[in-house]
Amino acid sequence: MAVNQSHTLPESLRESARLVEKTREERLARLLRGETFPLLSLSDRRAWLEEYHPDYQLEGRRTLGVGPSKGMETPVELADLLEAWPRANVLSLYEDSDKRLAQEPDHVTDVLIIGGGGAGMAAAITAAEAGAKVTIATKLRPGDSNTIMAEGGIQAADQECDSPVQHFLDVLGGGHFTNDPDMVEALVTDGPETLRWLEELGLLFDKYATGRMKTRHGGGTSRKRLHSCGDVTGLEIMRVLQDRAEYLGVETIQFHPAVELLTDENGRAVGVVLERIPQGETLVVRAKAVILATGGFGRLHFRDFPTSNHYGATADGLAIAYRAGLPLRDIQSCQYHPTGVAYPEQKLGLLLTEKFRGLGAQILNRHGDEFVHNLEPRDVTTATIIRECSEYDNGVETPGGVNGVWLDIPLIELLHGRGTIEREFPGRFKEFIGKGFDIRKWPVLAYPTLHYQNGGVVTGTDAATDMPGLFAAGEVTGGVHGKNRLMGNALLEILVFGRRAGEGAARFAAEFGAGGKPGLSHLDAFLEELTVAKIDRQRTAPRLLPVYGKVRPV
Amino acid sequence: MDRADHVSILYDGEKHEVPSGRTILSALEEIGIGFVRGVGCRGGVCGACTVLYRISDETEFHAALMCQEPVQAEMEILPLPYFPQKKVRHSLDLPEGETPHYRVVNYYPEINRCIMCGECSRLCPVGIDVMGYVGMIKRGELREAAWESFTCVQCQACALRCPGQIPQPNAALTARLFHGRHQVPQAEHLTRALEKNRKEDIHAVIGRLRRMKPVEIQALYQRREIEPQNAPPGTWLPEDRTLIMMG
Ligand SMILES: Cc1cc2nc3c(=O)[nH]c(=O)nc-3n(C[C@H](O)[C@H](O)[C@H](O)COP(=O)(O)OP(=O)(O)OC[C@H]3O[C@@H](n4cnc5c(N)ncnc54)[C@H](O)[C@@H]3O)c2cc1C
Ligand code: SF4
Ligand code: SF4
Ligand code: FES
Repeated sequence: MAVNQSHTLPESLRESARLVEKTREERLARLLRGETFPLLSLSDRRAWLEEYHPDYQLEGRRTLGVGPSKGMETPVELADLLEAWPRANVLSLYEDSDKRLAQEPDHVTDVLIIGGGGAGMAAAITAAEAGAKVTIATKLRPGDSNTIMAEGGIQAADQECDSPVQHFLDVLGGGHFTNDPDMVEALVTDGPETLRWLEELGLLFDKYATGRMKTRHGGGTSRKRLHSCGDVTGLEIMRVLQDRAEYLGVETIQFHPAVELLTDENGRAVGVVLERIPQGETLVVRAKAVILATGGFGRLHFRDFPTSNHYGATADGLAIAYRAGLPLRDIQSCQYHPTGVAYPEQKLGLLLTEKFRGLGAQILNRHGDEFVHNLEPRDVTTATIIRECSEYDNGVETPGGVNGVWLDIPLIELLHGRGTIEREFPGRFKEFIGKGFDIRKWPVLAYPTLHYQNGGVVTGTDAATDMPGLFAAGEVTGGVHGKNRLMGNALLEILVFGRRAGEGAARFAAEFGAGGKPGLSHLDAFLEELTVAKIDRQRTAPRLLPVYGKVRPV
Repeated sequence: MDRADHVSILYDGEKHEVPSGRTILSALEEIGIGFVRGVGCRGGVCGACTVLYRISDETEFHAALMCQEPVQAEMEILPLPYFPQKKVRHSLDLPEGETPHYRVVNYYPEINRCIMCGECSRLCPVGIDVMGYVGMIKRGELREAAWESFTCVQCQACALRCPGQIPQPNAALTARLFHGRHQVPQAEHLTRALEKNRKEDIHAVIGRLRRMKPVEIQALYQRREIEPQNAPPGTWLPEDRTLIMMG
């Protein structure tokens, strides 16, 4: 592939990169002696988090004054979305509800899944296998999601030294003991059979010749429990699930985001309103059960942080659920992935998977020195990086004025032999080498990036929400991870709870049938509250896509 | 209009001055061209943002992902959001006496039409040797084909110009699925873990943890024994084996 010289490190960064080179041998020797940078005590963790993690800063937050989670603090960008009016097309349905909604729906199905990412696709497969007619309505194309972007891997306790119980303890500790223990228990106990399910679907895990899976550590794990497919784990999962769903006859409606739920006179979910983008006309879909699987909120760019998320990660599902009266939890907790790309700038915010650190790459300051253990939970690592760059002024400044720290990727081959980087990170290796940048030779500059929505809609372990007929799974939900998620548990979560949601929804559809007349009465109380709170009518949600440059919103 | 930090490009037939040093995607957004279709992950893995481009003076044209490719002066760009390509709906069943190789070729016999022109490999924006994996599938080297095609983002660029009208990415997907399902040995340690979990009452042990006082469980967490980085797979065991249910 042609090498484009303009993307190698500029001289201003090379100087510091050479310091990394200089300390490498000594760091390697320490690693080989089994010496690592000390892990922080729980009290030190707390101290650094409180001082440096964006979640703990008051600035940029607001208390919700409207809706079921009134009094909860959230980033202002999210508060603006939750305390917002429905889009104009939904309001016109609302005001005119009897006429349009009394007509034949545009589409009828048993189980309607909102969102064609990993959680939605897993739900579709189980619902279809249970005999339901399944439709996925999604904003972009099926698969355009955060799932497809996942690089690092999926956790599950399968090794001899491991067990779901040990996994349980790691998840709780990683979440600072704020998780919903019922949800964690469901997550970890379904783990091993989820791996088997994927194996049987033909998923290509990284394996030894014997068939044994290769496993690695991730931040906050006590056992090597991370399973991967090169550095394109999410891509592999997504395409395997999608193929299976297609085979089972799941139908998909693309470029049709959901903008509102439909409920009957008993307050049960009986369908959704979709919007065709960019045209804007609405489509009324009736369903016997609905699954919300819309993913996360990275594209809201809290505090102007860059993000690793896909284009459609705009928290639509949170807005829709919130005004239907469903409480949210932990939505003030955002995960900033410690190592987003800081340079080159075209890749700003994109992810350098934690798998790099799992295989030994260290995080270093501009002197080439370590300042944090490789396996701290993510939020702790993020806080220490921010501290290193701000308080200690030990960051490296890029030509674009962004601060960063080094991720010493070349160390991996000194630990595991030549060829490891190309073999373990085929996606990233090809991408960087295509830009003339050899990650086998040079460290990469990194800085935290807005990555994951820890909280969300509250559900039970059966993925059911408080609204009969409405299920939710994946990043749109909260509870499993508490205030902090460990790497590899999101992919496990979307499969475990996606499958539970699919099963539950198919059962609900078979048991309760079509339900009553579809309407929008679940909005009554919320719109009343918005009026009283004098919320500007121009402020609407969901927003569907972020706005960049001079582009006008959809 | 000539500004030093801008370049002139032709996008979908229209001329634009866009800021340089950006990806095609962010340069177009900067001047007000927004996308609904034709953009997905913005991170180079979903293949939604495929374009064909040619630099004015040159004959050769290229395929690229808009969210990855830097803009260059005098680019003529054609978006390619969708390409109707054959895809077979099939199960992963393997009837008695058939090989995975036979199944794959049966679903995608077109691969035998490859004339080895190399156009697909030249176009692939993620640097896959497409012609190479087509040959591997043809020869029954499914394992090799699976790994050569592993980072395929289904952008469709290769299929677009194939004189044999071969749906390469879909054939590769089928090859990977059959290889994964039928040729890679199942993980035995996983089978053993599943058996152990069926025998033991995991919920009872977790229940014990759940009844602990906060200080107790936090102490337990702090005392966790960490599996050493360099322990060979399946060899290391912790001192305290109560949580892994080995007595
Ligand atoms: C770069 C990156 C790397 C990651 N790496 C890992 C990893 O290694 N391990 C791990 O465990 N986790 C990882 N994660 C997290 C994990 O991938 C996600 O949390 C998880 O995949 C979310 O799955 P989901 O199905 O809930 O949401 P998504 O996969 O995001 O799917 C949501 C879908 O809903 C659609 N949608 C959104 N709004 C609407 C609407 N209004 N109507 C209809 N459809 C809508 C979206 O377009 C999308 O298709 C990573 C995340 C990112 C971004
Ligand atoms: S193999 Fe074909 S579809 Fe896959 S990335 Fe390359 S050009 Fe695109
Ligand atoms: S473009 Fe088609 S015919 Fe040419 S090498 Fe590729 S697969 Fe073969
Ligand atoms: S938007 Fe997904 S590859 Fe470019």
